[in-house]
Amino acid sequence: MRSAPSRTLRALPTLLRIGVAETVAYRAEFLVWILTTTQPLIMLGLWTSVAREAPFAQYSSADFVAYFLACLIVRQLTGNWVAWQMSEEVRSGAMAMRLLRPLHPFFAYAASHAAAIPFRSIIALPVAIVLLASSGAGALTTDPVQLALLVPSIALAWLITFAVMFAIGALAFFLTQTMAIANLYFGLFSLFSGYLMPLDLLGPIAGIARWTPFRFMLSAPVELITRTLDRDQIVRLLGGQLAWAAATLVAALVLWRAGVRRFEAVGG
Amino acid sequence: MIRARDLTKHFKVHKRPPGIVSALRSVVRRRYDVVKAVDGVSFTIERGERVGFLGPNGAGKTTTLKVLSGLLHPTSGEVVVEGCVPYRRQASFLGQITLVMGQKSQLIWDLPPAETYAMNRAVFDVPRVQYDQTLAELTELLELAPLLDKPTRQLSLGERMKCELAAALLHRPTTLFLDEPTIGLDVAMQVAIRDFVRSYNQRHEATVLLTSHYMDDVVALCPRIIVIDQGKLIHDGDLRQLIKTMDPDKRVSFTLTQPIGDDELARLGTVLARDGQRITLRVGERDVAGVIARVLGALKAADLAIEDPPLEDILRVMFGKRRGDRAAEAS
Repeated sequence: MRSAPSRTLRALPTLLRIGVAETVAYRAEFLVWILTTTQPLIMLGLWTSVAREAPFAQYSSADFVAYFLACLIVRQLTGNWVAWQMSEEVRSGAMAMRLLRPLHPFFAYAASHAAAIPFRSIIALPVAIVLLASSGAGALTTDPVQLALLVPSIALAWLITFAVMFAIGALAFFLTQTMAIANLYFGLFSLFSGYLMPLDLLGPIAGIARWTPFRFMLSAPVELITRTLDRDQIVRLLGGQLAWAAATLVAALVLWRAGVRRFEAVGG
Repeated sequence: MIRARDLTKHFKVHKRPPGIVSALRSVVRRRYDVVKAVDGVSFTIERGERVGFLGPNGAGKTTTLKVLSGLLHPTSGEVVVEGCVPYRRQASFLGQITLVMGQKSQLIWDLPPAETYAMNRAVFDVPRVQYDQTLAELTELLELAPLLDKPTRQLSLGERMKCELAAALLHRPTTLFLDEPTIGLDVAMQVAIRDFVRSYNQRHEATVLLTSHYMDDVVALCPRIIVIDQGKLIHDGDLRQLIKTMDPDKRVSFTLTQPIGDDELARLGTVLARDGQRITLRVGERDVAGVIARVLGALKAADLAIEDPPLEDILRVMFGKRRGDRAAEAS
């Protein structure tokens, strides 16, 4: 049998294809997923009304439009629900079937979720891009280096988000109800990632928010799109993403390894 | 080859009496019991053997299969399957085994079985030629052709089970752990699955360890049985020998063509069942020849069947005796 990385790479196209087939199996569910990540549009409405008369802090109404549409795009491309899926599979015992396959479940879940991204974004993403180009274009960066770095930045944001959600999912091996943890995570994420408001507006806790992994899941690529950054800032932003990607990946795999030892393969 | 030596698997189970007070108390202070699901079990199964793994509900059968297939870490003891330590779940190990659980599905629920097969081909790195050949063989043996492109959720239980078996065998494992593979299936489907398992075992010299509550599965497939009760091994050996030791008498069934009194029947053996003209007797092994001669001769029976006692009865006696022994010890 080939080495694990070689087998994983060879299996990837099939896993992605099956992930696509699963994503489009239910049309209604598909539509619901599209709607679940549209919260930035609500925040957009809220903050633009705050800044209608005059800029709020340094943000004009157009800045908020650009910021939250950028948030919507990044969130569409990086959001995932693997913690819920893992928790359910551990509770029901269905995880057993994954463990019998010679492929680390991290990659199996990752391929399945990555395959869903283009389809989840099929409506929201073009709309957001058109709106961004028409209403908030003035607040966007024109620096080609920043625009080029957007792709790896979004990829790293996806990886950090996925690893954190995978780690939360792995907690299901230790805790009966991991969804409480997932809800706590989502509360912290909303606050510290810039999902509810730009991090500058957090006041005294803005300094803390800049060092948490949440910033690098959402705010970092958004900052690359909506601000003009100097080279040092860009390096710190991507360096931070790389560091958190490595840290969350290690944490996810360590938790997984420890958790599997406790797996009780309930039922049947 | 499968080898288990002093295998134990204990679970810590949260224990709480019913009621709101107990519920609130358990928030602060938890009480746990240790359940010895498997308690010092040892056995060896050679390549190509078909072994029935029997025991009452909660005896530890499924837990043992899960340890042998690498899903559970044993609490202590040594387990080696195909030269590998199962819980490490190395690719070389997973490629040689399969676990089929009648109550769990590995098929992707929303997609046709063909998609699960394609995924397993990729994940197990099965060469295309071998995959095509194995799938063709399985499709023919299990009559899968009309099922391959139907979404799994729309398959009947029997159809799904056949597809499950194919998914489990596409990588041609040499060790099959089958946990209730015929549960919920009708008699015809049970027979089809049994025939298939026997045929796979013979074609590929595969080792089969089977648990089933349908004793017909075990009798038809397994020359050897391992019996466990409350996590402990209580029998390991030849199935026929166990039956002979526990109950050497035979069951003689026949249909009468003329009336016969109860007294005359009682002289032939113990009447176990009488349904109109259909009679089932329990007859001592030495008396069987004489009874057959009388039934077919003087009584002019329309048919005749001689069988071993049902395995269910043997096991019921076996487990009942152990329960009795334990109760006696406790008192």
